[in-house]
Amino acid sequence: MSSMNTDIEAIKSAALQAIAAAKNLDELKEVKVSHVGDRSPIARANQGLGQIPAEERAAMGKVIGTARADINQSFVDREKVLTADRDSKVLIEERVDVTLPVNRNMKGALHPLTILSNEISDLFIGMGYTVQEGPEMESSWLNFDALNIPADHPARTMQDTFFIEPVSSGLVMRTHTSPVQIRTMLENEPPIYVICPGRTYRADELDATHTPVFNQVEGLVIDKGITMAHLKGTLDHFAAKIFGAEVTTRIRPSFFPFTEPSAEVDFFYNGRWVEWGGCGMVNPKVLQACGIDTDVYSGFAFGMGLERTLMVRHGITDMHDIVEGDVRFSRQFGTGAR
Amino acid sequence: MKLPLSWLAEFVAFPKGINVEKIVAAFVKVGFEVEGVENPADNIKGPLVVGRVKEIEELTEYKKPIRYVGLDCGEKSTRYVICGATNFSVGDLVVVALPGAILPGGFAISARETYGKTSNGMICSARELGISDDHNGIIVLQNKSIKVGSPALDVMGVNDPIIDIAVNPDRGYAMSVRGAARELAMALGVEFKDVNSKALVNSLEKKKKRGKVTPVLIADKTGADRIYLRSLQDVNPLSPTPEWMARRLTQAGMRPISVAVDVTNYVMLEMGQPLHAFDSGKISGTLRVQRAGKVKEIVTLDNQKRKLDPKDLLIADDKKPLALAGTMGGLDSEVTEFTVGIALEAAHFDAKAIAQNSRRHILSSEASRRFERGVDPQLAELASARAALLLIEYAGAKYVGTASKVIAPIKKRTVKVSAQEISNLIGCNYSDKEVQLALTKVGCNLKKVGKVWNVTVPTWRPDLNLLSDFAEEVARFYGYDRIPSILPAVKPAPSGASGLTPIQQRKRAMALSLANKGLVEVHNYPFVSAAQMELFGFTGDRAKTFRIANPMSEEAPLLRTHLTPGLLATAARNLARGETSVALFETGLVFRNTEKLPSVANIETAKKPSPAQIKKIYESVPKQALHIGGVIAGDFVSSGWWGKGRKADWLDCLSLVEDLITATGNSFTVHNVELAPWHPGRCAEFRVNGKPIAHAGEIHPRISAALSLPERTVAFALIVDGIPFSAPVKAEPVVTMPAAIQDISLFVNQDVAASEVEAALVSGAGELLESIQLFDRFQKPGEDQVSLAFSLVFRAPDRTLTSDEVSALRQAAGAAAEKACKATIRS
Repeated sequence: MSSMNTDIEAIKSAALQAIAAAKNLDELKEVKVSHVGDRSPIARANQGLGQIPAEERAAMGKVIGTARADINQSFVDREKVLTADRDSKVLIEERVDVTLPVNRNMKGALHPLTILSNEISDLFIGMGYTVQEGPEMESSWLNFDALNIPADHPARTMQDTFFIEPVSSGLVMRTHTSPVQIRTMLENEPPIYVICPGRTYRADELDATHTPVFNQVEGLVIDKGITMAHLKGTLDHFAAKIFGAEVTTRIRPSFFPFTEPSAEVDFFYNGRWVEWGGCGMVNPKVLQACGIDTDVYSGFAFGMGLERTLMVRHGITDMHDIVEGDVRFSRQFGTGAR
Repeated sequence: MKLPLSWLAEFVAFPKGINVEKIVAAFVKVGFEVEGVENPADNIKGPLVVGRVKEIEELTEYKKPIRYVGLDCGEKSTRYVICGATNFSVGDLVVVALPGAILPGGFAISARETYGKTSNGMICSARELGISDDHNGIIVLQNKSIKVGSPALDVMGVNDPIIDIAVNPDRGYAMSVRGAARELAMALGVEFKDVNSKALVNSLEKKKKRGKVTPVLIADKTGADRIYLRSLQDVNPLSPTPEWMARRLTQAGMRPISVAVDVTNYVMLEMGQPLHAFDSGKISGTLRVQRAGKVKEIVTLDNQKRKLDPKDLLIADDKKPLALAGTMGGLDSEVTEFTVGIALEAAHFDAKAIAQNSRRHILSSEASRRFERGVDPQLAELASARAALLLIEYAGAKYVGTASKVIAPIKKRTVKVSAQEISNLIGCNYSDKEVQLALTKVGCNLKKVGKVWNVTVPTWRPDLNLLSDFAEEVARFYGYDRIPSILPAVKPAPSGASGLTPIQQRKRAMALSLANKGLVEVHNYPFVSAAQMELFGFTGDRAKTFRIANPMSEEAPLLRTHLTPGLLATAARNLARGETSVALFETGLVFRNTEKLPSVANIETAKKPSPAQIKKIYESVPKQALHIGGVIAGDFVSSGWWGKGRKADWLDCLSLVEDLITATGNSFTVHNVELAPWHPGRCAEFRVNGKPIAHAGEIHPRISAALSLPERTVAFALIVDGIPFSAPVKAEPVVTMPAAIQDISLFVNQDVAASEVEAALVSGAGELLESIQLFDRFQKPGEDQVSLAFSLVFRAPDRTLTSDEVSALRQAAGAAAEKACKATIRS
């Protein structure tokens, strides 16, 4: 019994010595295997308890347990010391220059028109509108006739339309997103609150301010008791959200076949009035063509060019930048995350 | 419409202190956009005076005629100047720019030595003063009573601002000085000084002499409802147009031509009624309004021989066509220097008939533009009388009578409106009195019946029909500023819809995912050329294009059937501008001419079309699929201080597509296909539920080379709306039992697709297989066997798998691959 006690003492002191001698964490790891782990002498001694006569076992177990706890405590203490040592030296040596450029991956971006269109859609979704889209190649009945632009009316020539061959097909590239409004009214009963963003086409040469393929966003509201005051309120809110709370709008009389009264809307920005788009109360003839009871319902509509809105808000001076797909242009806008 | 201020002043009682800014603001307030204001006098500085020619010395030693002219400019001594024009003689009054004057274009006048003489100023032409293009000699003033030395700009009426307004199609009446002046007077709240129609017609009739009157008839009653033909004789067609008239025509943007033409144009500009002066000597029998019918052709004033459509509306006589009615006169019947008699025609043509004339002949004239927008039917009689009086006064004409035909009297149109209804529509209160005032100023007559106004509409306002038309008149009269600004209450969207539709959400998610992976979004024009279509080698539906009848450029008249032509062109543009690598994507519609589409006949708009008609309208429009596509050219991982980058390869492209489809919750299969514009051996087709929905791979080297794109440029295209919307995910519980990993490597023939081997292993491994990953693939050169190594992860939900169980599962997987793919297990 006492010789075993002496053995345990020896095992313990060898372990404590080895632990104290470990100069770094790697050496300490080796010490752990030989003096602390499952195959270390102290662990074996513990496993050997079974062979000891039962009457001595409890006392012996206590001796071994105490020795083992001492070894473990010593190990943990040493590990703390060595870890702190490593942290103060080694990690410092492993320092890298994090200011090095890390542009390994391509930089992606959404087109700013997409960002703006999403922003506007979200603004109106928050006001209870739904977003409606439609085909870009459109029936001239939906693009013109239903919008009170009959075949021989001069208003039809106001918009330089792209016609699809054969012209007798009655197909055109839509000149505005208004056919989406017509589709919406044909398919739904009022109340209608919709916002229609999309691509539109007019035969204008590409220059600094024009492009034959452009984007519009139109709004349409049909409900009971809708007035021109509601149109003004909506435009004011829209302009304030897009251009800033301090921005004001004005409307002035104009003509569109699909609205009566009609107006142009301008906004006051950076010290000047900027033309923004057209608007008005939906012409009763348009409501009639869509089967909406004009004795019960009235409505307003408005439409703006997205390119123009983008150019004014972001100080873009040349339409070419918007249409040419140069990555340097779009990357300035990122993905529009704020 | 260009409006000289002096002309407006004849109709508008301008208040004291009026200026151009106030006039511009007034026009804008009532709905006329002002496109510009110009005053030629603003471009002329310094002394410009009237001088009388005292003496002319012809200097003959030069190649061109040069005159040394002595002028009386009201100074003490005679002023001498050199002049290259010869259209004046001693005694004429001319316009002299004195030294110190600056003419348009910054042309400074000074005393100078030239042609051996001292020239002390310059005698001016109209072009030099910027008041017209006329450079046929210098200005010779007709009015001989002007005092020498007077300021020439005032004498000539050059100091006269011209206001250019845009006239919308519903306001045809404002395409005249009189009509615009009525609006301006209304906007300014001042008196409108109208012409006295009755007095005008009477004063002409008082001048009537005996003579032959050309008869008139309306053969086609759908073409015109009234015509007046005033006969004038003993005309001197060479009489000069009065200066004031020529000046105003020029100011309004028309060129003075001859007294007869100028008078008709002047009256048209003033009153809005197009007129035509025929040489009555060229008219056989009766002048008539008729359709072309069998008449084949006419030569118009612009010297164009025009083939006629049977439906064209003409002015003709017993034998031949005389004019394309309301559009342009005929060459044969125009007034010439030999004309003695004039038949002055003024008619009220059908707006649609003239619009069609104009459209069929691609001929938009000052006359047709007015008729299309609607001309006041009362004007024909009045304007023709005004023009006849001017011809009597300035062309020495003798009036001998009028032939006229009136199909129907002008009907009085009355509409009932109330102040309440107008207020309700505008959202602003207008009293009965206010409505009465506004509509009266517009030209209506109002009578109160109970709470309602009976409004009689003036003949020049065919656009006033519905309540909303009158509401606009009232609202603009008091200014749109008066309307309050009220945001409608937020309400939940009807029919349960809210926010974005699934396809709109998908479109946004896909775009954002690609942008976050390093691709830049572009919006390409959807126009492509036949050469592009040929280069890309599209087949099947992708080759079936639509053609634009009137494209921007004949080079690109087709609509895209695929996104790759635009994407590759834009990639090439970026590379040409200095980018070394480029990754782009685009979302957009493609247009494939694959269906036989029904054409839609005229469907009326007075009421909602029937469900069958709506169906037909919808079906007449081809389906336009929404695609998303991308291209990567060059490196997808850049080189830098960290080492070498990595060229984009087909794997990058396939992986983008895989991620896009997986994110929708759909699973897919991949297949090797040969499809343009991809490399025939390197194109993957992705199928969802067996339906092809995307392609990805390397672009055919022939195409990359032709577009100067890097070798092995890769691209993909996916049908966004072709992927089904998956049902909500039914979540599997996360199993926390330990996993058992087993590797298996097999040999297969190179013709066997790795995906087939994987599928066989999966089927053999059974449902305890959690995942499978191909981690190695090699093929010794010259051998047709490929080695594939997969790692299989097994996990049971309820227990730790024993090693015996797991090796049995691995064996079963291998056996399935041996059977299905003729694989040999290596280890």
